[in-house]
Amino acid sequence: MSKVLMKGNEAIGEAAIRSGCLNYFAYPITPQSEVAEYLARRMPEVGGVFLQGESEVAVSYMIFGAAAAGARVFTTSSSPGISLMSEGISYMAGAQCPAVFVNIMRGGPGLGGILPSQADYFQATKSLGHGDFRLLVMAPASVQEAVEMMMDAFPLAEKYRNPVMILGDGLIGQMMEPVEFPDSKKTEPLNNDAWATSGLDTRKSDTRNLVKSLFLDPEALNNNNLLLKSKYEQMKREEVRFEAYNTDSAYNVLIVSYGTMSRVCRTAIDSMKADGIEVGMIRPQTLFPFPEDQIRAAADVTHCSVVASIEMSMGQMIEDIERSVQGKKPVKWFGKCGGDVPTPEEVVA
Amino acid sequence: MGKTFARPESMSLAVTHYCPGCTHGIIHRLVAEVIDELGICGRTVGIAPVGCAVLAYNYFTFDFQEAAHGRAPAMATGIKRVRPDLTVFTYQGDGDLASIGMGEIIHAANRGEKFTTIFVNNAVYGMTGGQMAPTTMPGQRTTTSPFGRNVDDVGMPIKVAELLAALQTPAYIVRQAVLKPKYIVKAKKAIKRAFQYQLDRKCFSLVEIISTCPTNWGVNPVEAITWAEEKMLPYYKLGEYKTPEDV
Repeated sequence: MSKVLMKGNEAIGEAAIRSGCLNYFAYPITPQSEVAEYLARRMPEVGGVFLQGESEVAVSYMIFGAAAAGARVFTTSSSPGISLMSEGISYMAGAQCPAVFVNIMRGGPGLGGILPSQADYFQATKSLGHGDFRLLVMAPASVQEAVEMMMDAFPLAEKYRNPVMILGDGLIGQMMEPVEFPDSKKTEPLNNDAWATSGLDTRKSDTRNLVKSLFLDPEALNNNNLLLKSKYEQMKREEVRFEAYNTDSAYNVLIVSYGTMSRVCRTAIDSMKADGIEVGMIRPQTLFPFPEDQIRAAADVTHCSVVASIEMSMGQMIEDIERSVQGKKPVKWFGKCGGDVPTPEEVVA
Repeated sequence: MGKTFARPESMSLAVTHYCPGCTHGIIHRLVAEVIDELGICGRTVGIAPVGCAVLAYNYFTFDFQEAAHGRAPAMATGIKRVRPDLTVFTYQGDGDLASIGMGEIIHAANRGEKFTTIFVNNAVYGMTGGQMAPTTMPGQRTTTSPFGRNVDDVGMPIKVAELLAALQTPAYIVRQAVLKPKYIVKAKKAIKRAFQYQLDRKCFSLVEIISTCPTNWGVNPVEAITWAEEKMLPYYKLGEYKTPEDV
């Protein structure tokens, strides 16, 4: 298949269609409104569903209703919008419904700004809504990777019956890069007759299905939370993704960075290498589950004297890195969170 | 002699958790009877609200989803958009629909979403313990309006049927009651028409049902019915506010 030049936001929308998801509900917000604009034209062409909801809160329940009825469905938003969707996402996690949520992050807190940011790391990986739950979070560093992660996200959501988040930033959404949509990543939804409210007749079943997150009995609620926990433990065993860069060198510094920020770091590493300074990098592609073992192993070599968390946030991912390194090496932070992406020169300094 | 009265097949054997004198049981039964009569049990999905009817799914035999407070119309939208062949209804109380969920119901109605809403108005929050609702009557005492609803402070009660009927798109908007048999007969007719319109005309329909809450009103069930007839019905007038013929 040939490559086409596409804006990240449009490529994300097209990737969903190519993966077999034809249902999209959304509310406009900068810097990801192009996804909705693209799909408003594209979904009718492929016989899919496009609906602009009245708010992000409502959209999250449109997603919930559609997913509970057994449909493959997704939405896209940006930071303040994801905060509003967090209510529905919590209900979906509790009721075990699969769907894909894309967060093209902008700066915060509050209205913050409309420029790229990675300030929602905590929200995405620790506490996207009330209650005890996690999302599987993938962080693309290019438009091509955003496409591939989108296409992988639907089968993963269905495998775990849990929402999956693609955590990009404004730059991933706005920049144009050549992309291709691998046919091999098109998938069929898993059979959901055991749980989806698809109508008794369509299942030829005598057992009705009930999608709910309410468990008034303490033992039943505890059991539901144990079941959810077992899924998150399985994610930790089976879904960790990362990329290592220049880690076959005798690096003195190990950078951990993800998304757009990791591309700047890569340029900085190349320029330092030209000056005879070796720096290695681990780029988490999944932020939950976090590549803890891989970071610890990369930090725990004798030539590595310090680990650096480089992020477009004020020291969020650093907590996961410290947890991974377990005090074996000092961990430093560098970052900016106003909307302008740190330059390679700033990283080098 | 044949059986002349039986439990609808769409109703489960479960004993309801509702208080003595509560009218939810009547409304549940009317919905179940209509679904049986239309023969749509196997392709119906109900959506339970937050409030007293949060456990409504225990009393029906078809597929059910449970919404967050006020969000049932958005969930119904999601289901119906991806599965237009299903018959979908939301079952919501006044705190759920007319307060926290006002945005969702107005926009779903205005888009003409092809589902049915059963809106139970008993002028009070039930499950949380009798707090003031947007539909609480002027002067009515609740746990959060202990001196009676002061309309100078919090405004007049919201008339949901009239409000939604003011929109151009929604097709069938009606208010009935379940206070006495004469009202119940009309309420059932309205519920049946609402579902029938969803099936035939592919339009949005809402049935508001004036109901009672003896527990939180602090009266016995008979007094509750009298109070609803005397205080609520003059303000919440029964009847069809909009039919597909008007649209």
